[in-house]
Amino acid sequence: MDHDFAVTLDVGSSLANHTGSWRTFRPEYVHRLPPCNHACPAGEDIQGWLSLAEAGDYEGAWRALTRNNPLPAVMGRVCYHPCETACNRAGIDASVGINSVERFLGDMAIAKGWAFAPPTAKSGKKVLVVGAGPAGLSAAYHLAMLGHSPTIKEAGPAPGGMMRFGIPKYRLPRETLDAEVARIVALGVAIEYDCKVSDLRATMREGGFDAAFLAVGAHIAKRAYIPAGEAAKVLDAVQVLASMEGEDRPLLGRRVVVYGGGNTALDVARTAKRLGAEEAIIVYRRTREKMPAHDFELEEALEEGVMMKWLSTIKNVEAGSLTVEKMVLDEKGFPQPTGELETLEADSVVLALGQDVDLSLLNGVEGLKIEKGVVQVGANMMTGAAGVFAGGDMAPSERTVTVAVGHGKKAARNIDAFLRGEVYAPAPKHELASFEKLNAWYYGEAPKTVRPTLELARRSSTFEEVVAGLDESNALYEARRCLSCGNCFECDNCYGVCPDNAVIKLGPGNGFKFNYDFCKGCGVCASECPCGAIRMEPEEI
Amino acid sequence: MLKQIEGSHAMAEAIALCRPEVICAYPITPQTHIVEGLGELVKSGELENCEFINVESEFAALSVAIGASAAGARAYTATASQGLLFMAEAVYNAAGLGLPIVMTLGNRAIGAPINIWNDHSDAMSMRDAGWIQLFAETNQEAVDLHILAFRLAEELSMPVMVCVDGFILTHAFERIDIPEQAQVDAFLPPYDPVQVLDPENPASIGAMVGPEAFTEVRFLAHYKQRQALRLIPAFSAELGKIFGRATGGLLRTYRIEDAETVVVAMGSICGTIKDTVDEMREDGVKIGVVCLVSFRPFPVEALGEVLAEAKDVVVVEKSIAVGVGGALADNIEGALRNLEKRPRLHSAIAGLGGRPIPRDSLRRLFETAVTDPWEGPHFLDLNDRVVGREIHRVRKVRRSGSTAENILRQLALTSQLPQD
Amino acid sequence: MTDVQMTDVPALAPDEAQQKLKFYQKGTFTVGNRLISEGERSVQASQARSNALTSGHRACQGCGEALGARYAIDAAMRASGNDLIAVNATGCLEVFTTPYPETSWQLPWLHSLFGNAAAVATGVAAAMRVKGKKTRVIAQGGDGGTTDIGFQCLSGMFERNDDVLYICYDNEGYMNTGVQRSSATPPAARTATTPALGPEPGNVFGTGKFVPKIAVAHNIPYVATATVADLHDLERKVVKAMAIHGARYIQINVPCPLGWGAPSCDTIKLARFAVECGLYPIFEAEHGRVTHARKIRKQIPVREYLKLQKRYAHLFRGGVDDPRVARIQAICDAHIAEYGLLGDDEEV
Repeated sequence: MDHDFAVTLDVGSSLANHTGSWRTFRPEYVHRLPPCNHACPAGEDIQGWLSLAEAGDYEGAWRALTRNNPLPAVMGRVCYHPCETACNRAGIDASVGINSVERFLGDMAIAKGWAFAPPTAKSGKKVLVVGAGPAGLSAAYHLAMLGHSPTIKEAGPAPGGMMRFGIPKYRLPRETLDAEVARIVALGVAIEYDCKVSDLRATMREGGFDAAFLAVGAHIAKRAYIPAGEAAKVLDAVQVLASMEGEDRPLLGRRVVVYGGGNTALDVARTAKRLGAEEAIIVYRRTREKMPAHDFELEEALEEGVMMKWLSTIKNVEAGSLTVEKMVLDEKGFPQPTGELETLEADSVVLALGQDVDLSLLNGVEGLKIEKGVVQVGANMMTGAAGVFAGGDMAPSERTVTVAVGHGKKAARNIDAFLRGEVYAPAPKHELASFEKLNAWYYGEAPKTVRPTLELARRSSTFEEVVAGLDESNALYEARRCLSCGNCFECDNCYGVCPDNAVIKLGPGNGFKFNYDFCKGCGVCASECPCGAIRMEPEEI
Repeated sequence: MLKQIEGSHAMAEAIALCRPEVICAYPITPQTHIVEGLGELVKSGELENCEFINVESEFAALSVAIGASAAGARAYTATASQGLLFMAEAVYNAAGLGLPIVMTLGNRAIGAPINIWNDHSDAMSMRDAGWIQLFAETNQEAVDLHILAFRLAEELSMPVMVCVDGFILTHAFERIDIPEQAQVDAFLPPYDPVQVLDPENPASIGAMVGPEAFTEVRFLAHYKQRQALRLIPAFSAELGKIFGRATGGLLRTYRIEDAETVVVAMGSICGTIKDTVDEMREDGVKIGVVCLVSFRPFPVEALGEVLAEAKDVVVVEKSIAVGVGGALADNIEGALRNLEKRPRLHSAIAGLGGRPIPRDSLRRLFETAVTDPWEGPHFLDLNDRVVGREIHRVRKVRRSGSTAENILRQLALTSQLPQD
Repeated sequence: MTDVQMTDVPALAPDEAQQKLKFYQKGTFTVGNRLISEGERSVQASQARSNALTSGHRACQGCGEALGARYAIDAAMRASGNDLIAVNATGCLEVFTTPYPETSWQLPWLHSLFGNAAAVATGVAAAMRVKGKKTRVIAQGGDGGTTDIGFQCLSGMFERNDDVLYICYDNEGYMNTGVQRSSATPPAARTATTPALGPEPGNVFGTGKFVPKIAVAHNIPYVATATVADLHDLERKVVKAMAIHGARYIQINVPCPLGWGAPSCDTIKLARFAVECGLYPIFEAEHGRVTHARKIRKQIPVREYLKLQKRYAHLFRGGVDDPRVARIQAICDAHIAEYGLLGDDEEV
């Protein structure tokens, strides 16, 4: 068009004016560490796999998940999900049900028969793994995925360790466990059962192993000295729970008292109820607040009729009864005796006071350091003996399946480096995406999907799974509750809110980039980024 | 077709023949009858493809025309006096944007004191706004000038104001030759805008221009308007050929051959002046008239040519640039400045606020100019006694109140209200 | 699982727990959402948005008006199939977009004067009608050009029901000329012409006008207020307005970091707070009747909104709240009652 001079201008000609020169602060896309990932003992990239799940790519999500943890169906049932405790969504409504989505993915993988893709290149290195518990299975899986050849030697008759012999079926159906173990075996991991390693060095030598990962667990029940009459029936928790796997169910009687305050005590009490006990009483020397067991498990137990005797210690046990002493907490929170006694009726007493590790296989291994009944390991999970790594309950840590799986992964990566004569250097951790880094306004209110729980009536008399899984629609809903803390989820906010159109959208999956020719550095993008994935940096002028 | 018709209606018919597409109407005396006439033509369907918009003010009237014109429609509006002032900002804007809007100005005095009668104060107030300003002597000329105006505006992409004397022309019933549609169509092609708001070919119109280019923008506006000095005679000749009569032009002369005294004026007063000249010629006075049609652009060259031989030039104008005198006289002065034999210039202010301009007053004026020339502007038929008394009173009393009120009071007291 | 009543929950989650595909739990209020189809996303989320107001303009950092204008015009461009002309009043938006020799606009755009945008748009619309074109017309301006100097033309355009969508970008003052009071400046706000001095510092209570209500009184087909803090609501309203012929009015609250004395990064936050405290009611009206009010999502005391802005700093001097804070809260409360701003939003 023929334009009047100066009065009329060609459209879009302001692109010649690079307003980026005004900038004193520069926005940058960053990745921050989501609190869930930060809290996960297994080192899962939870935010990463949730982002795939919420898009409906369940297989992709499962594959992302299993890069760190080969047991999602198990973990989705037994993990105490510290991720959910850390979840920023709790600051909005309720934390994301990460654990239930994990289980959904695990169950779907089993149902669909998804298998791990074995590595194409093999290292030819052999690694001995002692113990087919969560740590051993995890280590073997990761070693296999890294191209090595692991062999698991398991003292017991079946895989799973405490997952099988310590966790009741109503929390972890054995088919689930078996399916996930089978998938690891299918990857080329050899498991030898009833094969207790008693001389580590000899076993390694004879088998030609280049390294070893020890994860024998803690199966020896701790005993407290309690005066007991001849006819008194005193059992330990490990024994009771393990015998649940056999043909003969333990006979506990109508009134069962469980002594202890951990999750194992709850497991035993709930098992006793299922075995027909009219009363299952847990005697614990401190208070509910001080109890190491997880609150949700306590709640489930209480719903099922398990009773609690707080601030009490067992003084002695007779046939059919026992005597407890009332305690009070002192200023430091330690229980102190009061001398006040009470008698409870009990057909049996089960001690759930913790477990010790059987360290006999380490005899003769030089350089090892044992403290407080566990093997000391370095940050790389290696014991004092070169090439001998250890993890799970036999190493110092919290004794959970998730921690064990994490140990297995960490050990495998360090063993891999060790076998190549290198030192494993984990990637530096990003800054934590804490709640104040988010702009929570943009997240709609969406209460956590409550996993359906079995009707109480059925639950108390059967060993069916108490907590049912999510179906696809509510798993998707739950996955979509994820805030994607610290990592761009392509919400287009930066692209939309920039007054200078200085954000370039790169298309699905590719995120965005800043057009610094025009970005004036106002910072609206960073303020309005829901998930805290933009940081303003001072511009060098 | 010859019609005995009111001037306003004749103009309305002429404007309708120009096929305007958007007409903005806001009533103000004395232009009201023009837009009323157009309103009838649109409402009755005689004028098709035309949006007639009743706006809420003159400012909106011209603003609507600006929008319509920028969007490629042939736009027309009309106003007068206070209305022109109320739209003043838009008057400048339409010119600055180069929009070929045609506007009729029913010339009327500007208050205060409020006055609905004819003079040229309104047109003069916008003389530097960038519009072409054409003054009609007769209603026939008013008809012709509107048709010329659309052609000129669109050729130059510049707004044109056709100035017609309020009441004297707008309300006069005369025999007027209204052209045929085919004649107008032959002269005026459809509007083909130089620039237009078009989604197919977008542009930003009305940018902010700073010191780096503002002078050039103004120079180009001036240059463009000077093009009209060539186009007005050319288009007038073309139009005259179609209509079979002389019309328009930059100026018209009457009996200036051998004239020693030449009177210059604009608008309908030229008729009375011609009569006076005829009268004086009969008495042997060598006198003639120049009727200025195009006030903007100001035809310096053409005026120089017709005034070159005069000894005395008397400028009769219907407005006063308070504090200076006659704006038209000032402009004529510029045209005489470089003449070899520079004639004497005599400035007269006449007909303000509708004051009648009688022939004998004019004759006296023309004669005095030669025999007893005055300095500065001469106010024709000024009531010296009234102003003398008021000046005297004001000198005595510091806070004298409204001069207009005082004069009216004095006139009433002395029963000296001027008679029609 | 802590709630015993949950035992009644069936194996499938109840209907309300299943997500509606409107927007998801994540990014419910964000510009876009990768989880929904392209067609359901906002215009601003699209790579193909017109960027009718493109980069290189000279608005201040964090300019709410630049944002609001792109939001509105891009939405109108999509709604009209890019067959759109914009008329602009004098003001910040005009000055920062079209200083010779560059313009940031990408659609046919006309600036005439400060006070005549509505009338000029009427003329453009008349031209389109007479030419038989379907091209739609928008007039836009700031609050000064709309509620003050342009008000007469605006009212004329309304009463004639001219086919123009007028969009007012309300930043509550004459920002282009250096932050002076307009009739849209809220009470107590400090401006260059209402300094924070004397017995009644800042803008005087009981003055000013709320043009949306006046627009409603013209019985025009559509009136709405909107905010840059709620893009979805804004775009919906523009699209709705574009589907209607006749006079329409949308007033968008656009914070001005410079004029309000706030960090440039807080622009959207301020807009959000203005809505969430009830000071800026977001509603729509059709043919003279209010038909919808956008509910407050997370109500905040107006104090939190005021505290973010230096123009209200005199209300918090010496660590004590001036009694005027309570008076402004009362205004918010009155808005909440008048428009019914609390409660659940009905489906729109």
